[in-house]
Amino acid sequence: MASNEEILAGLAEIVNEETGLATEAVEMDKSFTEDLDIDSISMMTIVVNAEEKFGVRIPDEEVKNLKTVGDAVSFISNAQA
Amino acid sequence: MHDPKVFPSQAPAIPFAVPDTAGAPTESDPMARKVVITGLGATTPIGGDVPTMWKNALKGVSGAHTLEDDWVAKFELPVHFAARASTPALDVLTRVEAKRMDPSTQFAVVAAREAWADSGITEIDHDRLAVAFATGIGGVWTLLDAWDTLREKGPRRVLPMTVPMLMPNGPAAAVSLDLGARAGAHTPVSACASGTEAVHVGLDLIRAGKADVVVCGGAEAAIHPMPIAAFASMQALSRRNDDPEHASRPYDRDRDGFVMGEGAGALVLEAEEHALARGARIYAELAGTSVTADAYHITAPDPEGLGATRALKAAMFDGRIQPEDIVHVNAHATSTPVGDKPEYAALKAALGKHVDSVAVSATKSQMGHLLGASGAVEAVLTVMAIYDRKAPVTINLENQDPEIPLDIVTTARDLPAGSIAALSNSFGFGGHNAVIAVRSV
Repeated sequence: MASNEEILAGLAEIVNEETGLATEAVEMDKSFTEDLDIDSISMMTIVVNAEEKFGVRIPDEEVKNLKTVGDAVSFISNAQA
Repeated sequence: MHDPKVFPSQAPAIPFAVPDTAGAPTESDPMARKVVITGLGATTPIGGDVPTMWKNALKGVSGAHTLEDDWVAKFELPVHFAARASTPALDVLTRVEAKRMDPSTQFAVVAAREAWADSGITEIDHDRLAVAFATGIGGVWTLLDAWDTLREKGPRRVLPMTVPMLMPNGPAAAVSLDLGARAGAHTPVSACASGTEAVHVGLDLIRAGKADVVVCGGAEAAIHPMPIAAFASMQALSRRNDDPEHASRPYDRDRDGFVMGEGAGALVLEAEEHALARGARIYAELAGTSVTADAYHITAPDPEGLGATRALKAAMFDGRIQPEDIVHVNAHATSTPVGDKPEYAALKAALGKHVDSVAVSATKSQMGHLLGASGAVEAVLTVMAIYDRKAPVTINLENQDPEIPLDIVTTARDLPAGSIAALSNSFGFGGHNAVIAVRSV
């Protein structure tokens, strides 16, 4: 099982790959849409890449609940448990 | 639709000798708007920008090389070479920009940005700026990659950007987004005539008063095993696998097909008064354009070149150009055994005995056939020929086909001083013929 720090770091890499944002900008309390300016298409790409990286399934209906980076880290962490 | 009196280029039959005043636009007619070319861009197998491409076009180089990709052997392709863009789009675009674009769109944006910067336009009413950007095939890499992903990894892995990346209007949409062009983004699709038809659409938009500036062009990125297999299957591609650089040989007795190329060309068209008001550098006037259809056969050209003849005459009529004004033709000349001859027939029919006095360049000999981008790149070359007063080189002409006795330019040649004009032809599967006429200013 990956720690929350490891999940955050992995997620930051995926966000960087998709959007070019610096990995340091991807922090737990940041909102994907408000703070990181990630649109829905990029969000879906990030979700699919996160599924592959962390070996979890993030249902489409769950994606709208992942408002902050922390939400995504918690979801992935719980799904791995 | 438009009154044919207002759009004589679309009239079905144009008499050969037309008085200068016949159907001429009046002062109150939007057709009276003269359209000039103020910006050029290109990314091609013989240069990643216009200055490099033009220098090489005058020198005479080949952009065709053996493909190193493992898929050539994997699929046992009968053709092992192509002419790739000399500068990868990723050298110009950022990784994140490129990620959301099919390779064809990447080339379009690279060429359009160069043309835009070259135009020197700094202030523009974005509601009066339009785009007409063509492609022959569209996002074929994206489409086929997504199909592979679906089969290998399932639907969840098919990326959400797949649709906007594969759509044929992708290049036009991306250019519109990049430049903030809000007067419409058009995508003429007519196979290998697409790029020239985009220039035709651009001219009409400005004349009709629907835009003051149009960024037009064409892009293609189809050096993928499937299109190679498909073009090879119809016997359209050269199989000179042991000597790629000499494979594209328009008008040569031993031509055996075209060479796949890739890239994009872009032109900034501008209403003359708009260009003059900002003191722009004007390359040339886009004097006239035309589009006709053979209605003869889905792929074979009309052997007498009747559709092409009508297109040539219509473009000259549209530009108020007489055959004697023409000093240079950038020919379609793909290097296929059946394609090059009807073009000669058409040029002869349209130019009469003046055809012997015209310097003809077949630039596909150097860069291969850029399909939907070819007409746009050749439009750029034609504008440069008029501006620089030099005709570019046709390479690989060792034994000229005796049935095509054109005056073919094999070493860069000076064009005359004074008022001169040139034509660029493009023909596409489906019987599409498109011609543009460019005049010196």
